Amino acid sequence: MGSWQARPEQQQQQQQQQEQERWHYEELAHKSGFSTEQIKNLHKRFRQLSGNKETISRANLDSIPALANNPLKKQIIDAFFDKRNQWQDDEVGSLEEIGLEHFLMVMSHFRPPAHKSGEEERQAARRQKLRFLFNMHDTDGDGIITLAEYRKVVEELLSKSGAIGHQTAKAIADAAMLEVASINAPHMAPDDFYEGITFEHFQQILKGLEMESRMHIRFLDVDTTTMRCGKAPS
Amino acid sequence: MAHHQAGKGARVPGLTRLLLALVLVLVVCANPSQGTQDNDTRAHGDEEHQQGNSTAHRKAFPVLSFNYEYVRKPFEISLWILLALLMKLGFHIIPRVSHVVPESCLLIFVGLLVGGVIKAIRQTAPVLDTDLFFLYLLPPIILDAGYFLPIRPFTENLGTILVFAVVGTLWNTFFVGGAMYGVCQLEGGQLRGVDLLSCLLFGSIVSAVDPVAVLAVFEEIHINELLYILVFGESLLNDAVTVVLYHLFEEFSHAGTVTVADALLGGLCFFVVSCGGILVGAIYGLLGAFTSRFTSHTRVIEPLFVFLYSYMAYLSAEVFHLSGIMSLIACGVVMRPYVEANISHKSYTTVKYFLKMWSSVSETLIFIFLGVSTVAGPHAWNWTFVIVTVVLCLVSRVLGVVGLTFVINKFRIVKLTKKDQFIVAYGGLRGAIAFSLGFLLTSNKMKDLFLTAIITLIFFTVFVQGMTIRPLVELLEVKKKRECDGSINEEIHTQFLDHLLVGIEDICGHYGHHHWKDKLSRFNKAYVKKWLIAGDRSTEPQLLSFYNKMEMKQAMMMVESGGGIGVFKPPLMVPNIEPTAPSRSKTVISKIREMEIRKMLHSNMQKNRQRLRSYSRHDLMMDPFEEDVSEVRFRKQRVEMERRMSHYLTVPAKRPEPPPSVRRVAFEPAHRVYTYDDGEGTPVEARRNASNAVSLLHESGREFQEEEEEKEEEQFKALRRLSDPGPKS
Repeated sequence: MGSWQARPEQQQQQQQQQEQERWHYEELAHKSGFSTEQIKNLHKRFRQLSGNKETISRANLDSIPALANNPLKKQIIDAFFDKRNQWQDDEVGSLEEIGLEHFLMVMSHFRPPAHKSGEEERQAARRQKLRFLFNMHDTDGDGIITLAEYRKVVEELLSKSGAIGHQTAKAIADAAMLEVASINAPHMAPDDFYEGITFEHFQQILKGLEMESRMHIRFLDVDTTTMRCGKAPS
Repeated sequence: MAHHQAGKGARVPGLTRLLLALVLVLVVCANPSQGTQDNDTRAHGDEEHQQGNSTAHRKAFPVLSFNYEYVRKPFEISLWILLALLMKLGFHIIPRVSHVVPESCLLIFVGLLVGGVIKAIRQTAPVLDTDLFFLYLLPPIILDAGYFLPIRPFTENLGTILVFAVVGTLWNTFFVGGAMYGVCQLEGGQLRGVDLLSCLLFGSIVSAVDPVAVLAVFEEIHINELLYILVFGESLLNDAVTVVLYHLFEEFSHAGTVTVADALLGGLCFFVVSCGGILVGAIYGLLGAFTSRFTSHTRVIEPLFVFLYSYMAYLSAEVFHLSGIMSLIACGVVMRPYVEANISHKSYTTVKYFLKMWSSVSETLIFIFLGVSTVAGPHAWNWTFVIVTVVLCLVSRVLGVVGLTFVINKFRIVKLTKKDQFIVAYGGLRGAIAFSLGFLLTSNKMKDLFLTAIITLIFFTVFVQGMTIRPLVELLEVKKKRECDGSINEEIHTQFLDHLLVGIEDICGHYGHHHWKDKLSRFNKAYVKKWLIAGDRSTEPQLLSFYNKMEMKQAMMMVESGGGIGVFKPPLMVPNIEPTAPSRSKTVISKIREMEIRKMLHSNMQKNRQRLRSYSRHDLMMDPFEEDVSEVRFRKQRVEMERRMSHYLTVPAKRPEPPPSVRRVAFEPAHRVYTYDDGEGTPVEARRNASNAVSLLHESGREFQEEEEEKEEEQFKALRRLSDPGPKS
């Protein structure tokens, strides 16, 4: 008999929980720009990755088997834990663990462009995505990609492609750097030294790639039934 | 087909006769018994020449004789081609005309003139033989287009292209055919005899966008890549649809009735034709790639393999009535990455040039013959029919494009704007394929009517649409082709982005587009490349090959931006400061590439500034790789650059110098030159690296330069002995 009377209470509790969740989702949707449906899907995935815990640590992401073949694995994982990608401009450094909100903020960089977006919105989206890439390259957070950092990028890119010489990666990075310099600062005086790629220069050289239409994942199809996390992180 | 026979029988154009007359004037004597078989071409002077005390029956020794029949066929063919090329030459010398009028129009016009002349002399003109067209004139153009097809935009937009090609063509066919039938019934008179199946057959002929015409016009307007690939890709892929529909309706019009089973079979046929064509092409492509793996000792015949395998793919597909065009495209696309990694630089250049040359000649001949055939052919002009055809085709094209875009845009990330839609609709030109298909029709009253309408449609699209598209593009401010393509930064970031997106997809657990692309490229690298690419090159990453090509280009550009200042020894083979393990044999490749660069420069001596555009035939003439650059200047510049780089990019403690005048290197990735040559495993030290030219003096200072120069000289001499033996091998 007790359970019969307890049910409406339970129901109320459940309702409250659902209300809270919905409110939470809406808030997240507002912040990240996703729809509540997408957030629900991503939350499911988040729980899979974190083993039903509240936060994800680096170890969780490390254990995704599909990522093992990716030459940029480390950088990608770092990007998730990077404070600069949380849309709060002045913070640098990295987090130890990320919650759902942080996860979603990082994912929001990969939203496809909105159906009817004006020129300004597209420029803003492009800027945002380029900023994400810039942050990935600029590992020490000083706002400039130095030659050493750029070399590291090229090396990582070529790392999985067989035993390419260290020198080759350097040479490629050097040539790329030279190119940036010659475009952005063509009239440097003899005494000047090209410090590194600033964000403005970065935007300039990648102008032609139209990031806003290339850097996206079709989130519409995120479907948990096709997700395979592999070994569940214990 | 009857026409075909007639054409072959009396193939003596009036021009040849005129020339013959000239020749005759010069002929001194001829012996009557020397091969006189054909009376109407033989006109020679007789001369009795008694030689000494020979008997009356002994013929005099012929000093000079005349035998035209022997060379008639090749002579005429050569004459026609020569005429076509002289016309082409003429257009480009007259600058004003070629700006306003696209070349295809001019060529048709010339064809009309020539046809008129021939008709005036009352000779039978050579007509655009269907065999001639489909077997000899069309393949080079399609191969050229397919081999240099820009793969990335093509695969990115494949869905859109397929929808336009298949659904669009079907819509056009049925709309034009059906509406035509309606009009014919309403009109009455001589049109009443045209039944539905004939109309549908006619619809299938006129609805296909023609690759030759599109190429000819679009090449000149330099439109942006997306639109180019949409229209051009559509024109290539709709071949399968056209083939199936054409054969289908032709069969039906003989049979008289259509059953549901027939319609279903028709649908099945489409899949068989298109997939079969692609399969045949892919098989030949793989064979060609595999063959090229072993050609390192016989470099001279490498280009032939490319051409022959592709042509065989086309012919094999035609045997089974599969889509020859799709087969040819598939062969070129499949073959290209592997062949290019295997063949020498010279062979690559040969392939490129020959393809461009043949396709250029073919295109010219096609348009001229089109003009000639127009004047020659029997015509049955019917105002209603012709005008309705033209109007209907335009209307159906516009409706089709607009309607399909509306649906497609729901699935595209980069939507097609109204301007894009307009260009796609306006760029749907008809051309010689429609004409040839019309020619193939069995001769009846309808055929002449149809042929006239087809010719009028072709003329309308090529002349009116072809001429006005350029000013319209300017007027609508449609995005033009990006000038500077292929900077190293963009390439780095394109690859970076690929990996990044795959990673993000994996984190999401979502098996999307990037995931499968990545899987495919890993499969390619792990298995396919091992089989099809010779030696160590199979493991070279794309970024590295890109970089090395860029290096070459940059070297060229550096030379042209500098002046001939004097002899300078190149520090190209500087041993690196940092010791590295000799076991890194992968960099042997780069050493050979270094040789390549030097060899190339050594054999060329002239300067040129133009950069290559992948789609234009005209610009090919100014290929920077055929530039002759002074090796001396090159080296000097290279050293300059290195020096500057070392100061420019390293620690500020060193005294920097002004940045070199090296501009961004830009070139068409579609025309990358693979610089592999003579990979006979010459034992070289592992550290030599073409890209070292850039980082060479990087950490060292100038003090190393003198030592290096001496070493260079020795090494250079050693390398010369190993250089490419050239064509006589």
